[in-house]
Amino acid sequence: MSAVTTSFPNTAAAWDLPSRGKVAMAGLIIAESAIFTIFVVAYLFYLGKSITGPTPSQVLETPILYTICLLSSSLTIHLAAKSLERNYTRLFLGLWLLTIALGGLFLYGTAQEWHRLIYEHGLTISTNLFGTTYYSLVGLHAFHVTAGLVMLAIVAVFGLAGRLGVKQSGRIDVLSMYWHFVDAIWVVVFTVVYVLGR
Amino acid sequence: MSSNVITVPVGQTEARPWVDELHQWLTTVDHKRLGILYIVSALLFLVIGGVEALIIRIQLMHSHNNFVSPEVFNRMFTMHGTTMIFFVAMPVLFGFANYLVPLMIGARDMAFPRLNAFSFWLSFLGGLLLYFSFVGGSGLYGAGSAPDVGWWSYAPLGARAFSPGHSSDYWTLALLVSGFGSIGTAINIIATILSLRCPGMKLNRMPLLVWLNLVMAGMVLLAITPLSAAQIMLLIDRYLGGHFFDTQAGGSAVLWMHFFWIFGHPEVYILIIPCFAFMSEIIPVFSRKPIFGYPVMVAATVCIAFVSMSVWAHHMFTIGMNSYANSFFTLTTMAVGVPTGIKIFNWIGTMWGGRIQFKTPMLFSIGFLFQFLIAGLTGIMMAASPFDWQLSLSYFVVAHFHYVIVGGILFALFAAFYYWYPKMTGRMLSEKLGKWHFWLFLIGFHLTFDLMHIPGILGMPRRIYTYEPGRGWDTLNLLITIGAFIQAIAILVFVANLILSYFEGAEAGNDPWDAWTLEWSTSSPPPAYNFAMVPTVASRRPLWDQKHPEDPDSRYE
Repeated sequence: MSAVTTSFPNTAAAWDLPSRGKVAMAGLIIAESAIFTIFVVAYLFYLGKSITGPTPSQVLETPILYTICLLSSSLTIHLAAKSLERNYTRLFLGLWLLTIALGGLFLYGTAQEWHRLIYEHGLTISTNLFGTTYYSLVGLHAFHVTAGLVMLAIVAVFGLAGRLGVKQSGRIDVLSMYWHFVDAIWVVVFTVVYVLGR
Repeated sequence: MSSNVITVPVGQTEARPWVDELHQWLTTVDHKRLGILYIVSALLFLVIGGVEALIIRIQLMHSHNNFVSPEVFNRMFTMHGTTMIFFVAMPVLFGFANYLVPLMIGARDMAFPRLNAFSFWLSFLGGLLLYFSFVGGSGLYGAGSAPDVGWWSYAPLGARAFSPGHSSDYWTLALLVSGFGSIGTAINIIATILSLRCPGMKLNRMPLLVWLNLVMAGMVLLAITPLSAAQIMLLIDRYLGGHFFDTQAGGSAVLWMHFFWIFGHPEVYILIIPCFAFMSEIIPVFSRKPIFGYPVMVAATVCIAFVSMSVWAHHMFTIGMNSYANSFFTLTTMAVGVPTGIKIFNWIGTMWGGRIQFKTPMLFSIGFLFQFLIAGLTGIMMAASPFDWQLSLSYFVVAHFHYVIVGGILFALFAAFYYWYPKMTGRMLSEKLGKWHFWLFLIGFHLTFDLMHIPGILGMPRRIYTYEPGRGWDTLNLLITIGAFIQAIAILVFVANLILSYFEGAEAGNDPWDAWTLEWSTSSPPPAYNFAMVPTVASRRPLWDQKHPEDPDSRYE
């Protein structure tokens, strides 16, 4: 036997609380920011401390095109989420696939840059401090882009199957928060690695 | 009333076969069951970590002892520290948070029950991974065993050259995995508190336990993550030939220290803030008065969380930082004493003029107040960097932080066990065994850790394997070891109490302590859904309002 009684006087009227998905994603973003902070600090701390070459100024080229790709994907995912909110599912799907394409292009850019660094300049993660910190920081970011793309792709599959509507718009907002975060982190990484670090 | 009562037919509560029961526990997503799993797994590791402590103490009992080899001794203090922090203190506190937070805010579960289960199994399997190092640590090289480089794993000791085999890999992976579990739980606690409060439960009406766990979870997000980042770097160094902490290639050993302590010091507050939370619930109930200075308590907690993020390098005064850094970290460390002092003042203010009931939870709470105060005072002594240069890495430091962790955190935990055990099991813990537990543990604790300050002042370094006779350390060390065994006996009394009371304890009823927070409004143990009807509250003490409709708290808000 178990009995439960709950009744308390002076019941409150309207009761509105924040969405748990958004709160949790904000929490995840705070935690991830702390991880990235540590990697950024390590990168800045070891700038110019490598004993052997190559150095950043010798080998790095600013990936302007791919940066534009990633940053504009923030805009497309925002518009996609807004159009789902208004139940324009076809527009949503188009913008969503465009977002995935832009994110994919960015990853392709990173892959191309790494390929060039490894095969033309012989820079690997164990070459020197620059290699260690560069591949860790940029790689950590690329890992987050990849994770984001996987999640975007799952949504795209549901979208193509015609299972997405206004009801899912709250969840799409949560995912787009993550994607915006990945883009914002790239602004920091870009500034540190390609602007300050050269 | 009938609409507010759910009656479960007797047929549904019949005992299931034990395989079914086990399956239910292993696959559960219920916050109460996960809370208990956290607590039980922590108690298991507490016994293991305690045995390691006893091995350390037997080795140091007299000079030139060789009870264990130096290698084993190194493993023991490394495993003792790692186990107690990551696999005892963290899980047991998360366990209580898991169990109590949803009940106290009138929710039916955590915000993300499956994430909750995932986080628990991550941290528990992290612990198993750490202990698997005894078996698998020697790896293909046949070198090494359990980790033996101290719980800080200072660079370059954690590097391949100085830590061959896989011992440090197990350490790193165990901490990384359990760290992800902690982050998951912290996110869950925050989302639960912000998004699942019952109607009327405004932020300024939440029980202090909930407030303090919210602050703790926020700190976990900011403090555990640097450790995870540092562990990833260490893995890159060990597996991919990176140079983060490799001084041969220009890397810095000091950077590891910074990263470790950016985690390490806030961690102390992550552990102590939930204990403050227990005190803030238990002391008012046994003083028969509402908490004194509720808003100030919340403000002081947030203040502690904020300041504690900028004190980490007081662990590093002896590495030769410049005088500005030394002064900065001395000042910030001393500043933490102010909000902490406010809290102690408020607890005493709560007791002042109250009709105090000296039940076992209250005894442990009063022990906490005195011991935590003394621990804080030695902390302020060592915050002064010149004083720290003299005593850093001595037994004085070991005595200080055990005063915090045992005298503070463990005493608060025992209070919480005696206070909430009736809610979790439906049975009261035995007061008689509880008093034996309290007094034995108190005597053992003071014998061990009061005396431990003295060999530290006399120059006994921490982590020393053995020592020469005639330095004035011998008698003290013998007494310290005797104290450790008295504490071990007290723990056995406690475990016996937990087990015996489960079967033979007095029936607790819904509200054995005449308390005021929502968890006491439902049955003991609560049903899976916690509340048949989601409650609505109008003040900080909803049960007071319910019991005293002629004079409810809500009238004064």
